Amino acid sequence: MPTDTRTPAATTTSAGSARSSSGRPRRGRRRPNPLSALVLVLFLVFFVLPVVWLLLAATKTDDQLVHGNPLSFGSWQALADNWTALTSFQDNAIFLWLRNSAVYSFIALVITLCVAIPAGYALAMNQFRGRRTLLVATLVVMLMPNATLVVPLFLEVNAVHLIGSMWSIILPYSFYPFGVYLTYIYFSTSLPRDLVAAAELDGCSQFGVFRHIALPLATPVVALVGFFSFVANWTNYFLPYVLLPESDQFPVQVGLGNLLNAVPQFNPTVGTAAVQRPELALATLLAITPVLLVFLFSQRFLVAGMLAGATKE
Amino acid sequence: MSTVSTTARPAGSPSRRRRATWPGRGGHLFVAAYVVLLIAFGVVPTVYAVYFAFTDAGDNFAGVANFVAAAGDFRYLSAIGHVALYLVCWLVSLVVLVVGLALVLHRVRSAGVSRVLRFLYYIPGALAGAASVMVWLFVLDPTVSPVSFLMRALGFSTFGEVVAPGHLPVLFTLIAFWTGAGGWIVVMYGALNNISPDLLEAARIDGAGAWRTAWHIQIPLLRKWIVYMMILAFAGGTQLFVEPQLLSQASVGVAGRDYSLNQLSYDFAFQNNNVNTAAAISVELLLIGLVVAGVFVARSGFFDAD
Repeated sequence: MPTDTRTPAATTTSAGSARSSSGRPRRGRRRPNPLSALVLVLFLVFFVLPVVWLLLAATKTDDQLVHGNPLSFGSWQALADNWTALTSFQDNAIFLWLRNSAVYSFIALVITLCVAIPAGYALAMNQFRGRRTLLVATLVVMLMPNATLVVPLFLEVNAVHLIGSMWSIILPYSFYPFGVYLTYIYFSTSLPRDLVAAAELDGCSQFGVFRHIALPLATPVVALVGFFSFVANWTNYFLPYVLLPESDQFPVQVGLGNLLNAVPQFNPTVGTAAVQRPELALATLLAITPVLLVFLFSQRFLVAGMLAGATKE
Repeated sequence: MSTVSTTARPAGSPSRRRRATWPGRGGHLFVAAYVVLLIAFGVVPTVYAVYFAFTDAGDNFAGVANFVAAAGDFRYLSAIGHVALYLVCWLVSLVVLVVGLALVLHRVRSAGVSRVLRFLYYIPGALAGAASVMVWLFVLDPTVSPVSFLMRALGFSTFGEVVAPGHLPVLFTLIAFWTGAGGWIVVMYGALNNISPDLLEAARIDGAGAWRTAWHIQIPLLRKWIVYMMILAFAGGTQLFVEPQLLSQASVGVAGRDYSLNQLSYDFAFQNNNVNTAAAISVELLLIGLVVAGVFVARSGFFDAD
């Protein structure tokens, strides 16, 4: 069997290389033309330029921000001053907010993975009563406008006396229908049926198939779900804003909102507790750093060869 | 192989017999925890919202009075128009550019270049929420913007001129695309990696160029992912809130606080203390989302388990 599938692949490859002038037939790709390169570079500028600007803004004084070259570096001294001013805002509040965000996001992430991966797997691979209902309900809830859900959620959480508790944030975060759908699509398009049938033939239980066959192959989708869930939790603003009354419980997003309100250029009524725009840029940088680190860490799982060759072994 | 597995399934073992009496048992165990969360944080709040939409402040059945009240508000029709216009800009740019960029990126030979580009494209995704709007408040202000030369060339010299009401759908599309596209490019790229290289090789041998391969092989195989992206982007688009809200705050009202339907709903709930009318608007948004998703799902075989 394996040799049968490999032989035609080998012949097509050699035929391909005979025809293509550029050689390197393995992936069947050609040298990108100048138009493609131009498009990629233009979008690179579009996506990155504002971020570069943000990085540089944190090194300037507010005066330099307005009058200097937008893409110039300020000074290390200004960066240190901005850092001091930012961390002294409400007595190290920025670190407390970052810690809160980390706690909420990571606990919710663990629950999400334990719940969403098996659910998406079962929806893709098993026929059971209520499967279609579950798929439709998941989709409906995903379409529900956030503003609608927040007020009823507030009343629901209030009814069970969890307002102000970190679980009032973590549990709604843990419910992540998007992750169930990603897993569902992944397994339904990428898990070879032959492999499952072979494992069942060898006497593997349903859980055994999931544990020993599906899960090891699911690394890319686990990384994907984990990553998106972490980012969604980390960047959520509205829910903690409504459900957490105390400033020392805020995640960093709501904290950023607080800082924004203390910037005179955005809120002319600010008194002595004013925050300058470069400090705001610095706080924004601190808020996004964890997401970028998690992305760097999980990226090699996100796009790996996935299931190539799974049935041939 | 599949014929062997169906005919040779051992009927004698006890576990097999038990499963035969309850075919979905394994499936139900796998989804149990998810169902609990779905009910607690999906179904119950949704039902609550529908309940609010059809009752008045005294918990009496109100019929469609809340819907009539919402529709009678002078801001209602213009908010619908704003959101519709924004959705067209947002969906078209998202589908065309994300799929296009993923395809172009997938043809980049060097794995290192491709990985770095995906990372850089993704970076704005980390600035979702309040952070992205703050960055764009600066970028759209010609006095501090890194692209002020571009805006001056287009004839804008003040923040107020840039955020004129007629420009808003384009500006919101820019912000949403800037933060959202990178993540979808990663997803599409992963899906493209899942397409068998043999298949692409075969197409190449048959003489298909980049365009024909993309159009006849890669895009059809991405269908489920594209449909999924459209559904979520549509739902996200109807919920437009943070961008106009913060923009109106920073532009001293050039962009109104009643630009989108969700802002209107928010205003009813938290400014007027009228949760019922707010819920009516939200239920309408939900219905629109469901109809559109239903059309997509029905036309694409999205729920087929193959």
